Amino acid sequence: MAKEKESKTPMLDELETGPWPSFVKDLKQLAKRKPELEQALGQLEDSYQTNTNHWLGTVLNLDGYGGGVIARYSDVQDKFPLAAQFHTIRIIEPSGWLYNTAALRQLCDISEKHSAGILQFHGMTGDILMLGSNNEKTYTAGEELMENGWDIGGSGPALRTLACCVGPAYCEMSCFDTLGLTKFITDTYISELHRPELPYKYKFKISGCANDCANSIQRSDMPIMGTWRDKIQVNQKEVAKFIKENGENYVVDNVITRCPTKCIKLEKKKIKIDDSNCVKCMHCINVMHKALAPGKDKGVTILLGGKRTLKIGDTMSSVLVPFMKMETREDWDKLIQLVRRIWDFWGEHGLDHERVGEFIDRVGLGTFLDGIGVEPDPQMVKHPRSNPYIKFEEYTQPRIAGEPKESPNVVDKEVEGKEAAV
Amino acid sequence: MTTTIVKKKLAPRDNGAPDFKKMLHPLMAKNYGKWKYHEKVKPGIIKRVAESGDELYVIRAGSPRTMSVDTIRKICDIADKHCQGHLKFTSRCNIEFFVTKEKDIKPLIKDITTILGFPIGGTGHSVSNILHTQGWLHCNLPGTDAAGAVKALMDELYKEFINERMPQRVKISTSCCSINCGGQADIAINLQHHHPPKINHSNMQICELPKVTAICPVAAIRPINVEGKSSLEVVEEKCMYCGACHGQCPSMEIRDPKTDTLSIWVGGKSANTRGGPSFMKLATFGLPNNPPRWPEVSEAVGKILNAYKKGAKEYERIGEWIERIGWKKFFEVTGFEFTKYHIDTFRFARTTFNTSAQVRL
Repeated sequence: MAKEKESKTPMLDELETGPWPSFVKDLKQLAKRKPELEQALGQLEDSYQTNTNHWLGTVLNLDGYGGGVIARYSDVQDKFPLAAQFHTIRIIEPSGWLYNTAALRQLCDISEKHSAGILQFHGMTGDILMLGSNNEKTYTAGEELMENGWDIGGSGPALRTLACCVGPAYCEMSCFDTLGLTKFITDTYISELHRPELPYKYKFKISGCANDCANSIQRSDMPIMGTWRDKIQVNQKEVAKFIKENGENYVVDNVITRCPTKCIKLEKKKIKIDDSNCVKCMHCINVMHKALAPGKDKGVTILLGGKRTLKIGDTMSSVLVPFMKMETREDWDKLIQLVRRIWDFWGEHGLDHERVGEFIDRVGLGTFLDGIGVEPDPQMVKHPRSNPYIKFEEYTQPRIAGEPKESPNVVDKEVEGKEAAV
Repeated sequence: MTTTIVKKKLAPRDNGAPDFKKMLHPLMAKNYGKWKYHEKVKPGIIKRVAESGDELYVIRAGSPRTMSVDTIRKICDIADKHCQGHLKFTSRCNIEFFVTKEKDIKPLIKDITTILGFPIGGTGHSVSNILHTQGWLHCNLPGTDAAGAVKALMDELYKEFINERMPQRVKISTSCCSINCGGQADIAINLQHHHPPKINHSNMQICELPKVTAICPVAAIRPINVEGKSSLEVVEEKCMYCGACHGQCPSMEIRDPKTDTLSIWVGGKSANTRGGPSFMKLATFGLPNNPPRWPEVSEAVGKILNAYKKGAKEYERIGEWIERIGWKKFFEVTGFEFTKYHIDTFRFARTTFNTSAQVRL
């Protein structure tokens, strides 16, 4: 090919300048030995010129799997034939996105051999993304990945790849083994992750404390967050040191007055906490992390129903289990059983494309709790209902055919027949 | 689909998640669950101290998320040389490198900045890396790009990434359609459609029409017959341009390169700290979808950050700051106009009205 003076990607080139690392510069370099990437960048340039996207979605699955490949073909493949098929393979990431370089280098080698050589760390769900394989190479990439112990991530109406915070690997705030539980749920429900059989997607995100570094509460159907049920550990010596360094006013302005339940106070330069009223929000611990620490009787709070905008707007997850121990294999099994009950009830009654949060909105949380066998708890709501439109099962006689209508609040309407006669 | 393929022996299926224990830095494996406290050394560097007295320095670098295998291999070279072959990615696509001695920080940072050109920062009260999805590089639904928009905006916010001079941490996300994959954030830049889908009746038959009908949240889609073929129509008055049908069927084109715009949302928060998590709210709209650098977006984000930096108390996230000063003042200090479009008309709209006589005058 004759060397052209004029760049083929003038608009993308503008993203090569500036202090932030440029993906354009990086990919253009790689495109010199990956002609399919050169064409994909050509197509991207076209999108920049015309504000028009050129990828269409299709379905492509590896043998035995019902998801995990995000298949794309180009609608301008006459112009960019080498990028006609440009699929992404989702790969399950190691818990906490922790890597050794041998693992990363192996991904690089597989990506170089079977794809355009682009990797993304990570997708919004948590997966490693390997971009730019055609139909045939998607299969060979998948086989080589699995041959080497990797596995394919989730897509479609299935359990999705999990994600979690760094947890006990280096964080002192983590109240349980986020990394271990993430692997355990993934491995236990690996078939549900690979073979879509739910009404719609189901995401877990797992955070070691209420700081929620995994963004679980509004990005997953089932957030699991670390908490404790005894007292915040207070080291008064460190409190004194903190006051000495920052002043008493700083503690009042940035710790005491920021407590959402006003359960913390400063008395004679000592921190006093009414732990029965503490909601484990983590703020005071975040600010004074040498002086304060989560309690010792640790566990998790399990929430349910979060999702992003599609269809009904965002939903925030809400409390399902206020506290549960999450230390032993039995604790983990209990969680697995709870998930199974939710999937059974939602799976049977949920509509196509209905996330579990939408399902709860439709059938009511009370009905849902009955369905999964969980007792209602005041911690599940901000406040009890403020409207009187209640269907009390205990007070309302069922009105099935042939039964007299005896509901006390209904006026006798036998006039119906007479009216019809008139 | 099944042509005559000679079946080779398949690799094992259902391997599950990789073993994270093999990924742990030796000090992490040794002190797993036994960390005592952490300390900020300077922006981008956090010292983690274990009960055993072991110290692990975590050095955070910004990454473009989309990387070539060449760049990943360079990252591996650096981790092999300085970090005993271990590293971590964060939820905001930063990379964390680990060293065990303070004196090893400087040579590591030198290699990160000279070999990779990645900035050090993104910790504490900084503006961290922007969350984004695929955009024009790989998605089938986007009306704008993701990686490019992030690159352009992070160029402007570079100084805020490498410093910690915000009142509290700032998280930004971008989304290329109304599905909003980028997620809730302190500031979010999201694409907005302005018309009902354009229906390609001749290509409608490739989709499962009942599914397309059922996915509409406002029941605006109904079946019709066009020239003897099954197709769909949209009741335009009902349609709210969410694009759910477009995700289900490519023949329901929701995007329009001539009219799609960007809007900016503020006040999202995941952490349960203080007032708890919150959703973001509309700040301004109608910004042009203007590649390759989207200067209007950078300008609007700059306005918000400047006002926040000036007005917020320490530890107040953007949403908490606005809640304290009130939305009236937010619109005053940012200069954005408050319009009827800022008033909710969707489900639960009334719960967003000021149902009291408490007003700031």
